[in-house]
Amino acid sequence: MSANDHAHEHEVHITPYKVYIGVWAALIVLTGVTVGAALVDMKQMTIFVALFIACAKSLLVILYFMHIAYESRVFWWFLISAFGAYIVFVVLTFADYAFR
Amino acid sequence: MSDSLSAAPSATGDAHADDHHGHYGVPGYDPIASRMGMWLFLFTELLLFGALFIAFAAYLSKYPTYFAEGSGSLNVPVGAFNTVVLLTSSLTMALAIAALQRGDKNLSIKMLNATVLFAGVFCVIKAFEWGAKIEMGIYPGSATLAAMDQGKQAFYNMYYTMTGFHALHVIIGAGLILWVKKRTLDDRVNPKRLVLMENIGLYWHLVDLVWIFLFPLYYLIA
Repeated sequence: MSANDHAHEHEVHITPYKVYIGVWAALIVLTGVTVGAALVDMKQMTIFVALFIACAKSLLVILYFMHIAYESRVFWWFLISAFGAYIVFVVLTFADYAFR
Repeated sequence: MSDSLSAAPSATGDAHADDHHGHYGVPGYDPIASRMGMWLFLFTELLLFGALFIAFAAYLSKYPTYFAEGSGSLNVPVGAFNTVVLLTSSLTMALAIAALQRGDKNLSIKMLNATVLFAGVFCVIKAFEWGAKIEMGIYPGSATLAAMDQGKQAFYNMYYTMTGFHALHVIIGAGLILWVKKRTLDDRVNPKRLVLMENIGLYWHLVDLVWIFLFPLYYLIA
């Protein structure tokens, strides 16, 4: 185990205020991008572009506002397992729905 | 990892008593385990909203034109403004925790107040949006809605269900923030013991996350 991991679990990571304000600004810009992208006629792609931007925004919220960037690795595995399980639900549900 | 998880309160804890690292000195206080428990709870929320998103996707693929029409009837500027309100409330929540970590209780309380204020603004705007639709006779179980095509019914029923569940979370979140504010004011939540505020923050950011998906999926597919 690296010294870095060790430090993560013993110390409270104090994020500079600037980081939060920067993340917030990025989220606001991405909201503008989503609205702007919706004005462009991309037919079937519209929803995928919207989802892609929403995923990018979610990543910012999860990593910085929810502190996952600074949590111990156990939390990463938690998230990966949970999202992995959710993807399985989505795929299985749609496999059933699309081919019935 | 095992060494840190089993770290017991000890004499060395006292050496840290005046800084931000002294949590092992508080008997029974384990912020990492607390946050893990909160994340487990958040995953159950993922199942609640996740199932609704799957239902939304299924209806969307079944009635794409009706969903586009329904989406066109929602007010994009209002939805975008509410998105900004909620994102800003997430910022103030994060700043409330960051301020308390630095021992700035005064700023922390102000930021909690701001978060609750934004939550209130969000709910009022959402209520006006619902109100406008209800005035047109569009709400679950209404005669007007029942007379509409099935795709339109699916859209509006999903809209009310998902934004309703989300608004319920906003209201619960605002209540929790008021509760942690009270505990911060009487120092039961303090710079050395602030996991309750962190966990309520996690809940609040989840509410934000759900809206990050709800906004484009409902307002921007016209």
